[in-house]
Amino acid sequence: MSMNKDRLPGARVDTSSPVSFFFDGKPYRGYAGDTLASALLANGVRVLGRGFKLHRPRGLMAAGKEEPNALVQLEEGAFTEPNVRATLQPLYQGLRARGQNAWPSVGFDLFGILGLFKPLFPASFYYKTMMWPSWHWYEWAVRRLAGLGKAPRERDPQHYHRQNLHCDLLIVGAGPAGLAATLQAAPSGKRIVLIDEQEEPGGSLLAERESIDGKPAIEWVSATLATLASHANVQILRRTTVTGYYDHDVLAAVERVTTHMGPSAPAHLPRERWWRIRARQVVLATGAMERPLVFPCNDRPGVMLASAVRHYLNRYGVAAGRRTAVFTCNDSAYLTAIDLAERGFSVAAVVDTREGGAGELGDRVRALGIPVHAGHRVLGTRGRKGLRSVRIAPHAGGSESSIACDVLAVSGGWSPVVHLFSQSGGSLRFDETLQAFVPGMSVQQVRAAGAAAGLLDLRGALNGGAEAAVSALHAMGIDAASALAQPAVSVPAAKALEPFWFTPGVPPEYQWLDFQYDVTVADIALAARENFVSVEHVKRYTTNGMSVDQGKTSNVNALAVLADRTSRAIPEVGTTRFRPPYHPVTLGTIAGRGIGDRYAPRLESPIHERHLELGAEMDDYGGWQRPACYLKPGEDEHQATRREMHAVRNGLALFDGSPLGKIEVRGPDAAEFLERVYINSIRNLAPGRARYGLMLNELGIVIDDGVLVRLADDHFLVHTTSGGAGRIFLMLEEWLQCEWTTLRVRCTNVTTQWATVTLSGRGARDLLAPMIQGIDFSRDAFPHMHFRTGSFGGAPVRVLRASFTGEGSYEISVPANRGLALWDAVYAAGEARGIAAFGLEALLMLRVEKGYLHVGADTDGTTNPLDLGWGPVIAKKQSDFIGRRSLSQPEAVREGRFRFCGIEPLDPSKALPIGAHVLDSLPDGRRRSGGYVTSSCFSPTLGCWIGLGIVRDGPDRDGETVTVAGNGIEMQARLRGTVYLDPEGERLHA
Amino acid sequence: MLQIDCPWCGRRDEDEFNCGGQSHIQRPGLDCSDAEWGDYLFARINPKGVSLERWRHTHGCRQWFNLARDTVSHRILAVYGMTDPVPALPEARS
Repeated sequence: MSMNKDRLPGARVDTSSPVSFFFDGKPYRGYAGDTLASALLANGVRVLGRGFKLHRPRGLMAAGKEEPNALVQLEEGAFTEPNVRATLQPLYQGLRARGQNAWPSVGFDLFGILGLFKPLFPASFYYKTMMWPSWHWYEWAVRRLAGLGKAPRERDPQHYHRQNLHCDLLIVGAGPAGLAATLQAAPSGKRIVLIDEQEEPGGSLLAERESIDGKPAIEWVSATLATLASHANVQILRRTTVTGYYDHDVLAAVERVTTHMGPSAPAHLPRERWWRIRARQVVLATGAMERPLVFPCNDRPGVMLASAVRHYLNRYGVAAGRRTAVFTCNDSAYLTAIDLAERGFSVAAVVDTREGGAGELGDRVRALGIPVHAGHRVLGTRGRKGLRSVRIAPHAGGSESSIACDVLAVSGGWSPVVHLFSQSGGSLRFDETLQAFVPGMSVQQVRAAGAAAGLLDLRGALNGGAEAAVSALHAMGIDAASALAQPAVSVPAAKALEPFWFTPGVPPEYQWLDFQYDVTVADIALAARENFVSVEHVKRYTTNGMSVDQGKTSNVNALAVLADRTSRAIPEVGTTRFRPPYHPVTLGTIAGRGIGDRYAPRLESPIHERHLELGAEMDDYGGWQRPACYLKPGEDEHQATRREMHAVRNGLALFDGSPLGKIEVRGPDAAEFLERVYINSIRNLAPGRARYGLMLNELGIVIDDGVLVRLADDHFLVHTTSGGAGRIFLMLEEWLQCEWTTLRVRCTNVTTQWATVTLSGRGARDLLAPMIQGIDFSRDAFPHMHFRTGSFGGAPVRVLRASFTGEGSYEISVPANRGLALWDAVYAAGEARGIAAFGLEALLMLRVEKGYLHVGADTDGTTNPLDLGWGPVIAKKQSDFIGRRSLSQPEAVREGRFRFCGIEPLDPSKALPIGAHVLDSLPDGRRRSGGYVTSSCFSPTLGCWIGLGIVRDGPDRDGETVTVAGNGIEMQARLRGTVYLDPEGERLHA
Repeated sequence: MLQIDCPWCGRRDEDEFNCGGQSHIQRPGLDCSDAEWGDYLFARINPKGVSLERWRHTHGCRQWFNLARDTVSHRILAVYGMTDPVPALPEARS
């Protein structure tokens, strides 16, 4: 039942616009301007969540992003979003939310019984109790019992944007300090961006009953916004959270564009926008967060931050309860008692841990007739699903008393929001007065202002904001400005905070620090007993601060407890590192529009459209869209590939090799350069000749192979594997620019400038001769591994006799814009002779029949050329080349390396699974991997399954029978040479 | 996200560049010891303070250059050519 018949006057909600919504299936009503949290509070819903481990009922604690308990699952299906803070979610018509980690609901959770077994679940209980026989026995159940929201399972129908922003001055936070800073800087004409994460600017002024120049502070906010609106150089981003501060003053921010509209938002709007901001100067006016106090059963629904109680009262016109008590160690919480009492709500008492009580505000509280218990502590709370009473006692001992209340407003002091400052690389300093970390030295162009800098009162915020703006302008060379005179505010004289980090003398097991991950004082004490010293280790061991709030309410309290238990001062313990993101960011926002077809550019051959007409099944090969095979009516991919393989071995066959990497290397020192790049000799290659070569990295590992052509004395054409051209080109440039800087060589990647069509089979030369001018195609005039240039219809043409199929082939290259014409001409001329186009799948199997290496498939990150049988070639070369010295290191020449060999199943009708391991038997009967199958296919020409692999000393074990295991099966296979077909190479020279 | 002054193209964002790691490493000849070769391949300094490293403007002029960077503040102290000597550097803030 609603305890608020209506809202208090002055609330920033529109009571003429009711909004209906559902929580855990039940209908409720709120108003435009509400958050889900304020509306639920107004409706008297007390239990909004359940503890992570023990499923204890949890209620609203805060009013901002630090809320640890009221995390809900928003909406359903594809739109759903887990872990939404009810405190940040604006209410919209028809909103549906559910509590998390509970069944059937957070109000009545059957797993709540776990709470009875609290002593069984200390920190680290997983590691200690679920080890035997294996964590995996327990994982299934634990994953269901512990956890937060559920990730959506359907594709996200929303879209997201990314946007860049450059500005002179970025101001983060539109509270009093941020607004004062913007007001100060606006007349400079500099490009200023003010970012605020709330539904409306104003920050703490929206929630406090303060006055500026004798008028309600909110009027100053409106006037300031009106002034700023007249400055075209000022841009304000609302509903935007700055989530990270990176190097060189780059900040990331998430704008929630339609979060306040829900699923019915206009489709053209993105759900969120990810801003990447480059600022010359930054002012952080991010405010401060109130810390909870730590005492027995402080997790009971109804225990709230004192500032949050004021926030709901003053901003939303909602009293959190009927009768409130205040528990504090500083003056600020007295405002909660005053604001409630002056609005006519019952305040049971103020319990102050300080013997001396408060300053001016204390007098005002007493004048309102509210009893103040100075020098007292709370020993416990009562109430099954919500607070009914608290038990207090003086520190010195003596009689306990009970206070009936349904809300306990607590304040353990304030922690400046230093997250972004720390992320920027700035150091933090522990302030003894505030008992909190505040910004110290900055290393980037950033300064904190107002509460973020530790100046918690309104005067400090306004002055600090203006001064920070002056300092930022000064850094940009604008010196004339001096800080504007700030309006008059009254700041009550306060007494100093006295730290009260936890409640001594009572059991620590029920004194919660981290409400999201259920970490208590006892858990930190356990870690200290077990000799954990580093705060980073304690964090991971206890999980304190590791949940989605990243310890916003728990960190300082937890390290104070650790300091106490390890007899150190808090600054000595230090704080865990603040890392981005400050607030969780959805993956969709980070991805933006770079998904699906927009994830990466697609490379297409100039002949692409013809492949599609021929029925090609296209696939991605190294970034290129290439035909896997060409489907004829009624064929599946296997049948098509076998038909194509048969055509290559027995007839005319055509292949689009355009993606083949082509790099031109030119200059007086080109031969010398390539001599240092390839492991084989290059200098003695004659112009017009081609040679197959391997390239290594400095570790001696094979990184690429291909055919090298010498076009002229000072001009080479380096062919790389398809998809490898960009990488190899950059590597060649790196060596030229960084190591061999005196070599006169230029490299040009011409891969996409040439289209390449490969023709093989009987009659190929007769077909090409009339089509290409200037080349003698006769067998003796143009042998295998030779290169010729001519013309095709007036365009230059380059023809290379090289082969990756084992058939005599012509690789014919023309300028890319003539590629389609060349393909069509060859195809038309060959049609009468049954020419067949073949795709990548056929090519990659044909090369297995020949035992041709496929770098990256038949090699891995350990394969050197000695493993491939290239030792004799290297031995003949005298000079150094990239990676050569690594080949004489002990590791490269030891016995037992995985080396390239053939491997065929004993039963030729059985396929060897690619990746299956060749098993070694050890003397003790155990088995280990002795290499693996790297290529396996059915050869229609040979009528059997064949394979290649890298196997321990494979080439030395020719004919040996081995056991191969993979895909859950074991089979027998025989090691052999790599060449299955035409070992003499007669087909190549045909 | 560093901003780097490419000697050829001017100031650009870090994501146009690739870092090639420590610069000024001497490549030993074939007659070096196994240990020397191992150091050349794998031993790198990991300074707190000034780091001399080489970068390539991959999505620009594709040229390599040297850069002195303070690993604490990420301030770039100098940009200089691949064959240039290390210039005099302002004090690193570390």
